[in-house]
Amino acid sequence: MVDSAGKGFRREKGVEILLALAASVSVLVTIGIVVSLFSETAGFFKEVSVKEFFTGTKWTPLFSPAHYGIAPLVAGTMLVTVIAMIVAAPLGLASAIYLSEYAPDGVRRLIKPVLEILAGIPTIVYGYFALTFVTPIIRAVFPQTNVFNALSAGIVMGIMLIPMISSLSEDAMTAVPNSLREAAYALGATKLEVSYKVVIPAAVSGIVASFILAFSRAIGETMIVTLAAGSTPKLTFNPLDSIQTMTAFIVQVMLGDAPFGSIEYKSVYAVASVLFVVTLSLNLIGTWIVRRYKEVY
Amino acid sequence: MIRQDEMFSPGLQNRQRRNRIFKWIFLSANLLGLVVLAALLVKVMRDSWGWLDLQFISSFPSRFPEKAGILPALYGTVYLMIITAVFAIPLGIGAAVFLEEYAKKSKFLSIIQVNIYNLAGIPSIVYGILGLTVFVRWMMLGRSLLAGGLTMGLLILPVIIVTAQEAIRAVPQSWRHASYALGASKWQTIRYVVLPSALPGILTGIILALSRAIGETAPLIPIGALTFIRVIPGSLFDSFTVLPIQIYNWTSRPQDDFRAIAAAGIVVLLVVLLGMNSIAILLRNKYQGRIKEV
Amino acid sequence: MTLESIISVRNLHVSYRDRKVLKGINLDIYKNRITAIMGPSGCGKSTLLRCMNRMIDLSEGARVGGKVLYRGENIYSPKIDPAQIRFRIGMVFQKPNPFPKSIFENVAFGPRINGYKGDLSALVEQSLQRAGLWDEVKDRLHENAYMLSGGQQQRLCIARALALEPEVLLLDEPCSALDPISTMHVEELIRQLKERLTIVIVTHNIQQAARVADYTAFLLQGELVEFGETSRMFTVPKDKRTEDFITGRFG
Repeated sequence: MVDSAGKGFRREKGVEILLALAASVSVLVTIGIVVSLFSETAGFFKEVSVKEFFTGTKWTPLFSPAHYGIAPLVAGTMLVTVIAMIVAAPLGLASAIYLSEYAPDGVRRLIKPVLEILAGIPTIVYGYFALTFVTPIIRAVFPQTNVFNALSAGIVMGIMLIPMISSLSEDAMTAVPNSLREAAYALGATKLEVSYKVVIPAAVSGIVASFILAFSRAIGETMIVTLAAGSTPKLTFNPLDSIQTMTAFIVQVMLGDAPFGSIEYKSVYAVASVLFVVTLSLNLIGTWIVRRYKEVY
Repeated sequence: MIRQDEMFSPGLQNRQRRNRIFKWIFLSANLLGLVVLAALLVKVMRDSWGWLDLQFISSFPSRFPEKAGILPALYGTVYLMIITAVFAIPLGIGAAVFLEEYAKKSKFLSIIQVNIYNLAGIPSIVYGILGLTVFVRWMMLGRSLLAGGLTMGLLILPVIIVTAQEAIRAVPQSWRHASYALGASKWQTIRYVVLPSALPGILTGIILALSRAIGETAPLIPIGALTFIRVIPGSLFDSFTVLPIQIYNWTSRPQDDFRAIAAAGIVVLLVVLLGMNSIAILLRNKYQGRIKEV
Repeated sequence: MTLESIISVRNLHVSYRDRKVLKGINLDIYKNRITAIMGPSGCGKSTLLRCMNRMIDLSEGARVGGKVLYRGENIYSPKIDPAQIRFRIGMVFQKPNPFPKSIFENVAFGPRINGYKGDLSALVEQSLQRAGLWDEVKDRLHENAYMLSGGQQQRLCIARALALEPEVLLLDEPCSALDPISTMHVEELIRQLKERLTIVIVTHNIQQAARVADYTAFLLQGELVEFGETSRMFTVPKDKRTEDFITGRFG
């Protein structure tokens, strides 16, 4: 008896240790990302000054004379993501308001799967759609548009983000207690007034969080911009122009044959580090806000 | 005393009209999603019309679009998913069980939890660079199926952990107590009570995670999956390509015929995804029904 | 003295899917009087109250038959906008439900959306005064309403309803979430408000009905068992079930 109990205990302990190891893999991944990114980035900054990287306005690592100012890549990324957010924020929010406040059950059951399908479409497919469908339309309206342009990639990326904003904002709105809606209706408010004077203000932190998380996702999005936005790093605010994002630059170098250890190769790690730090910060802020509003109700 | 009708002008008719107008605006934001989905599907179908046939499924890539096919990409995708699943599923469920059933509430636990949420938000291209650095170079796995599968496994790990956690959390506490009351140990309780009843939820999460992995392109680019593959990979250490990479390769060429076979590849990819998602939705509906009965 | 009926409930039926909640209620609410609707939980008293300002419309699956006349007009007639009824008939709920806004903004909410033409701050002050809250909050009008105690929050909700100058105020178990002292404050307030408006209060608390109401309606399993002057009903109930309820044999 005692013996078998001891064996059972050892097995219980063994299982717990195995499971703890599985859980610690997630920490190892983070450490792995940080170590692998920063090891090569450190090498990059031995050859390029930090000052040039962050303040330079030319990014030409693949030609000579090589310049390593990241500003054009950041500007390209911002241009596309801002366009995407201009599309996604109002539409995603409007979609969430409809689903949370207006939609009858039947309509909701029709709309939700459509949004889930949209959310599940691979970005490569969105990239194809941007390049072969949206770009020709834009070029028909503005003939001076480049084949590769920020506008097409931005619009399609925005559409891709609608389900994400819609579903996160809807979660925030449904978390608003019904008693607040009742209070407003009892004062003679219309549904629209209940929505924008009571529900949205009460859910505002969750809505903002959904915007932040979508913004972060847009910054890290790769295939749409690689296919549709171009590969010319440029400091421009013209949405009809070809640009290059940070992610598209990484793809460009990775597809070429920059040898391990070369400065071009290392520049990828420097750019990826910036990408990592920016998206991680945005995600931390976003999830922090979400957790905070969950505590309120 | 203030007389209501003298001091207030509610203007309800105007307010209700505004309400109706905005209702339509809010609804049309959702209809736009439907329109885009329809446009996308129609566009892809039309572009691929006449190109999607048995020859396309069973041929190797070629310089001539009419001879090109996706056979190695299909094999690559299936093999890659198997490696990804074998690697990520036990790890993900194990981590979820530990976090939900064993770990004590502590600062450390909440750090792990926040870490998992954030891993889910890291751009997939960064995972590609992680895979390139750690698997391809440091572990010297080369630009192989194994390196790709491990990279993809890390990418979907957070999704599997989070959905498995939710499924485990949904198992009523009273069931665990009932099991303990019968003299079961902790692991027995988990194995025979918690995991079986959480299984549908866990499976749904796994399918959704894998369907995300099937469509991912970016993390495999640094691994070097983009190659003109002429053989079907035979071992873990062979080079490989997958459907999205093949689609990317063809889309990025300017010729219309290559765009057409890219569209044909997209149709195949979407059909696979639709199939997986339908299974997930069916599972979820069954699962939701069961929880309500409890 | 003649009693003027301001709300008349006529043959009111309410059902949720196939469950009948109210079965043919007839009831008159008299002007400038306090009417209590009492009964055990689940008897349909809150549903009856919610029919009087069409808040029932918000409950999913509820079907209403019969009439509720407000100043002689059926509020369920198709040409009536429920918002218009709710603007005239105020309501206070079981649990205090202030908006997560400042005290001032809470009271100003109704007047703002309904186009108040006068001086808003004066109206807010007046409403808070009538709700007996002014002295406690006058120095912190711009603090969040959640900083107030439960009893204060409930009086704020009453002030919020009073700001629209309603003719009728519906109170749905307004003290059920409050401690005895706060309950006393709110009951005192209700008695004062009677002078300027009509009050209907739902309660499952027999003593509360006895303390505040001029008239009492006793509801049991969706039927109106008895209605009459409170003093009479509590001394000589006509129905055996009323007697059983007020003597505490059930409920």
